[in-house]
Amino acid sequence: MEQLPKWADLIVVPLVGLILAFSLSMLMVFATGHDPMDALSLMVKGALGSTYGWGYTLYYATNFIFTGLAVAVAFHASLFNIGGEGQAAIGGLGVALVCLFIPWPHWTIALVAATAAAGLFGALWALIPAYLQAKRGSHIVITTIMFNFIAASLLNYVLVNKLRPKGSMDPATAKFPEPAHLPSLGDMLNAVGIPFAKGTPANVTLVVALVACIFVYYLIWRTRLGYQLRAFGKSQPAAVYAGINPVKITIITMMISGALAGLMAINNVMGEAERLILGSVEGAGFIGIAVALMGRSHPLGILFAALLFGALYQGGAELGLWTSIPRELVIVIQALVILFTGALDNMVRSMVAKVLVRPKRAEA
Amino acid sequence: MTIMQKFLGAAATMALSAGAALADPAIIFDLGGKFDKSFNEAAYNGATRWAEETGGKFAEVELQSDAQREQALRRFAEAGSNPIVMAGFAFGNALGEVAGDYPDTSFVIIDMVVDAPNVRSVVFNEHEGSYLVGYMAAQTSKTNTVGFIGGMDIPLIRKFACGYAQGAKAANPDTKVLSNMTGTTGAAWNDPVKGGELTRAQISQGADVVYAAAGGTGLGVLQTAADEGILSIGVDSNQNYLHPGKVLTSMLKRVDNAVYNAMKDGPGLETGFNVMGLANEGVGYSLDENNADLISDDLKATVDAVAAKIISGDITVHDYMSDESCPSLTF
Repeated sequence: MEQLPKWADLIVVPLVGLILAFSLSMLMVFATGHDPMDALSLMVKGALGSTYGWGYTLYYATNFIFTGLAVAVAFHASLFNIGGEGQAAIGGLGVALVCLFIPWPHWTIALVAATAAAGLFGALWALIPAYLQAKRGSHIVITTIMFNFIAASLLNYVLVNKLRPKGSMDPATAKFPEPAHLPSLGDMLNAVGIPFAKGTPANVTLVVALVACIFVYYLIWRTRLGYQLRAFGKSQPAAVYAGINPVKITIITMMISGALAGLMAINNVMGEAERLILGSVEGAGFIGIAVALMGRSHPLGILFAALLFGALYQGGAELGLWTSIPRELVIVIQALVILFTGALDNMVRSMVAKVLVRPKRAEA
Repeated sequence: MTIMQKFLGAAATMALSAGAALADPAIIFDLGGKFDKSFNEAAYNGATRWAEETGGKFAEVELQSDAQREQALRRFAEAGSNPIVMAGFAFGNALGEVAGDYPDTSFVIIDMVVDAPNVRSVVFNEHEGSYLVGYMAAQTSKTNTVGFIGGMDIPLIRKFACGYAQGAKAANPDTKVLSNMTGTTGAAWNDPVKGGELTRAQISQGADVVYAAAGGTGLGVLQTAADEGILSIGVDSNQNYLHPGKVLTSMLKRVDNAVYNAMKDGPGLETGFNVMGLANEGVGYSLDENNADLISDDLKATVDAVAAKIISGDITVHDYMSDESCPSLTF
């Protein structure tokens, strides 16, 4: 295929995909008898038009940054980690245990401990599929998917039988004690004089997510491990010939990936719900795959892709609240964006290439 | 530029229509969605009945994620919706957080108790209704074995089972009560195949009447019972029509009435603890042309006498949720 200039690859291709997805979505909205312009403006305004909207958009985006980074790190080593869902769920278990059973004096210390626990639990959950891939050749896609189900069943058992307060009907833990509550973005910005809507779930974890972006950038492009990881991803035989241990690199990469997915739990479990509920991940692990694909496995790209998906989630919620557009159609819109920016990426790329590359040749 | 103008125009229309929604009631459906043929749908039916009778309008939303519970509550409250009705115990936590921030808005929560001055907590005496159908099951059973199939294993469903077992034992102390739960997660509400398997298992143990308190899973129970030639008992709504002549009766839980009453009472509704029992027709059993042949006049007279005794207090049905134990059934 024609080589596209980098700016076109990074900006034009996703943008065209997005426009296609939205055009098709608006047609669907129109076909169900609603006003597409109304729906579009409601989604955009609802997600980005107020600090309230941003409070939710950034909350969802924080989740997607973590799971997107998790998929991206593994992807650089040619490992397809589909297990973000389970790793984030188990990370949530780590957060819940740390927050429930240790009395923390202040949220800062609790945050550090919960971050460590979330990362550790997520990493350990990724360790078993990683070991099976490295030592036994069991394909990582299959094992990580299966571990999602095992994680769901495990959480189910723990929540229903061990952590549920007596008499409660929700399969969920008790509320975390007050010192383990994280400050929301609204509280933090209001404290320094920037007005921001209160009662929105975006919280200090966003900062942790941004730090994670920088960490991943340095890890992949500025460290020896990152070099080994990318070399292993490009060509395994060449990497082995160069003296890179494939077992070690597979296991370390997957553990970093699992830890990143696990970190998502400090946002949704500790920051938002302040207790561990069943099914707390809500598909963010899978959205992370689309985010990583759209963001070209680069932290900056992932940041923007996560924001886009965050806005889609929040915009979709506003559609549900103020119109009679059915919930299923909102999911269709979200799915179309994933389809066009992720799965049909090559179709869009060849279209863009036809427009951009050929005329240049004619000139030459 | 023109697109921008269209945006602004649309936004203005939106703001206007939001203004028009002032003081209309709102209803929030849980993650299961409003057409679940069970609990949420009953709530939806109550709301539409109110809308049809009064010509009023109500705002509604089906949630997609847990974080949206509080969001939907706050957004509706800020837009002026009043009262705001929510169907399901899972809203308890979110409502506890939100209720205090909107003291002028009335909230109604079904199946859960939230202690706040502007909240009406509607709970049902499912154990009383279950006692009646348990009584009927034991009277009808020829094998002296009756079955119970629950959805998700939560205290609320054990409350159904416990009432049922007490009723069955009261009708005939020798009755054997079999009890199974479909699962421990939300998926247990919608697994008709497993419902059917559990029914077959109970039939092989001798059951000839099974009571399903399992949402969508119950449809599989009723189907299998009809296929295998035994009787079943429906739940929540009147499910007698699903298999005419093969459903003994249905334990009615009038969630629709709770929603309808809340919307009819309007913004200044009476808050506090609202118990819907046999006395105020919150629970009961169904009798229509589909099961008329199954229920003899004798049986009907006996059951109505039992119901009257429960209402008068001569019979007390033990509520599982009061102490998490059941005298007639072990889980």
